[in-house]
Amino acid sequence: MNHSPSVIEFRKVTKRFGDVVAVADNDLAVKAGEFLSILGPSGCGKTTSLRMMAGFEQPSSGEVFIRGENVTGVPAYRRPVNMVFQHYALFPHLSVADNVSYGLRQRNPKPARAEIDRAVDEALAMVRLEGYGKRRSYELSGGQQQRVALARALINRPAVLLLDEPLAALDRKLRRDMQIELQNLQRDVGITFLLVTHDQEEALSMSDRVCVMREGRIVQTGSPRELYDQPVNRYVADFVGKTNFFSGPTGAEVLSIRPEQIEIAANVNALPEGLMARLPVKVLNRIFLGEHTEYVVASDKLGEFMVMAPRKSEREAGVYDIGDMIAAGWRAEAERILPNT
Amino acid sequence: MAGLVPAILFTRGKKMRGSRPRMMKLSMTSSLRSKLVTALLLAPAGLFFVFLLLVPLAVVLLFSFGERAPAGGYVPAFTLQNYMDLPARGKAFFNTLTLAPLGTLLTALFAFPMAYFLAVRTSPKWRIALLILVMAPFWTSQLLRYYAWMIILGNKGLPSWLAMVGLTDVRIINTPWAVLIGAVYGYLPLMVPPIYVSLEKLDKRLLEASADLGATPTRTFLQVTLPLALPGVATGSMLVFILLMGDYILPQFLGGGKVFFIGNALVDLFLQSRNWPFGAAVSVALVAIMFVTIYFYMRFVLSKSDTRRAALV
Repeated sequence: MNHSPSVIEFRKVTKRFGDVVAVADNDLAVKAGEFLSILGPSGCGKTTSLRMMAGFEQPSSGEVFIRGENVTGVPAYRRPVNMVFQHYALFPHLSVADNVSYGLRQRNPKPARAEIDRAVDEALAMVRLEGYGKRRSYELSGGQQQRVALARALINRPAVLLLDEPLAALDRKLRRDMQIELQNLQRDVGITFLLVTHDQEEALSMSDRVCVMREGRIVQTGSPRELYDQPVNRYVADFVGKTNFFSGPTGAEVLSIRPEQIEIAANVNALPEGLMARLPVKVLNRIFLGEHTEYVVASDKLGEFMVMAPRKSEREAGVYDIGDMIAAGWRAEAERILPNT
Repeated sequence: MAGLVPAILFTRGKKMRGSRPRMMKLSMTSSLRSKLVTALLLAPAGLFFVFLLLVPLAVVLLFSFGERAPAGGYVPAFTLQNYMDLPARGKAFFNTLTLAPLGTLLTALFAFPMAYFLAVRTSPKWRIALLILVMAPFWTSQLLRYYAWMIILGNKGLPSWLAMVGLTDVRIINTPWAVLIGAVYGYLPLMVPPIYVSLEKLDKRLLEASADLGATPTRTFLQVTLPLALPGVATGSMLVFILLMGDYILPQFLGGGKVFFIGNALVDLFLQSRNWPFGAAVSVALVAIMFVTIYFYMRFVLSKSDTRRAALV
């Protein structure tokens, strides 16, 4: 990634609603062309952040920059960003084509009719909805409405496309398809995408970078791999992927070991060489997940923890039953000592 | 009596028909009973409709082809003379057909901002109280309220106040203006609620989406708020227009016999000159005009707003 300038930047942005601090003193820079996700549970301030970028909310203090220009206090209709709303917010009284061309028709001077028609056709083709222009939005399925909302925003070539939990209303299968489609779309159009979600899998699978928020503050920003491998604290490790925590002696720190980093074998001697921990454990539960089997095991010293055994190791070493006494171990580099916050 | 409750419970029995022979017999008797219950529930409204609307309408239609008895009233006959005489009441038709649409339009123009303020700008805890205030004029008699307006718009009222600031010789009472002011005042409470309802259920995210796509607040209002509130405006306008077309108290009080409606002509024909057949012909003409106007108005509105199906989804 080159050192391209930020398309959107938060400088010490705080947003208060009465006594509630929704966003606290945030600095955030979105790089041109990247796919950034803001990840956090509901109420963490991620949607408020997005709304401040769109211009629906103004910060209580701090500044917002778009393409290097200070836009603090500038209303939504004068900002070069567009949003895909959670429930799409398509205009029910307009056809699909009129929804998509809405942004172009607000321009001053208004583009020529032929130009608008051509842009609409292009935008609909981009989201694979050729020939749907005359339909009404309520005649479309959820996935199709989603794509109309995307076309309606992207036709304006925004500096940043803001996506507010865009996949939350779709069913599981469709959500996976749309994840891939969104990623491809972002690569094709080269527009910066900023997505807000509470779904860690969604954030990790689609984004170049993920920004984890908690109670109005940014906890960590980094590539999905960085967040997974080098979480800054217990919260991030817990939110991003699955992990086991073992409390330290003081309580100020925890030991985190990802379940797929733990090896299991029929007995301690059958474990591979070079492990730093080797423990006899008892199998408490087993969940078959397809490519993995998730075991819950317990050791006398450390208590219960989770192990992910890949299908490959099962084929070599076999499947263990509930109640079996087996062994578990891990390498030194699997251990992460994290602040217990 | 004991069979009544199962009969209601089994009104959906049709679907099970054929699965079991015993069920079939039960569902047939129960569907008969459910039809009976439906008929009984519809009976009051149905009877009301037939005896107080259709029958009188038929009588009026019949009378309109008759002749006036020498001492007033009706003698059976078949003549179109009453309809030929309609132009004699042209002034009443003209007043009604200009002032009723204009009054409706003005009422809508006054009601929309009120409804908008209530639905969009007012916090929910104040809404109910303010809506009740909109309705408050209905708590007193209509006659009393128009009488009050007679005094306000009369020469010792508003015009004398205007004279004090130099606007002399302003006459309001007994002019079309007085009738229009009265129409707005009297019918506002009927126009506000339907518009309020359509604005209240308008998804506020659509307004944000419009702003996000670059529309100024004015354009958002014209392109999103107004079209989506149109069904409410249409309902309210219909309600006001129908009532205003048939009104005679308002022109009586504020038009003072100079600005009179078809309603006033009817009062005159039926109660004063007792020319029932001609009165009946005027009535039939009024009903026909209303019917045609409403038909085309609704067609126009429905073609403008395709939110009908959206509302159903």
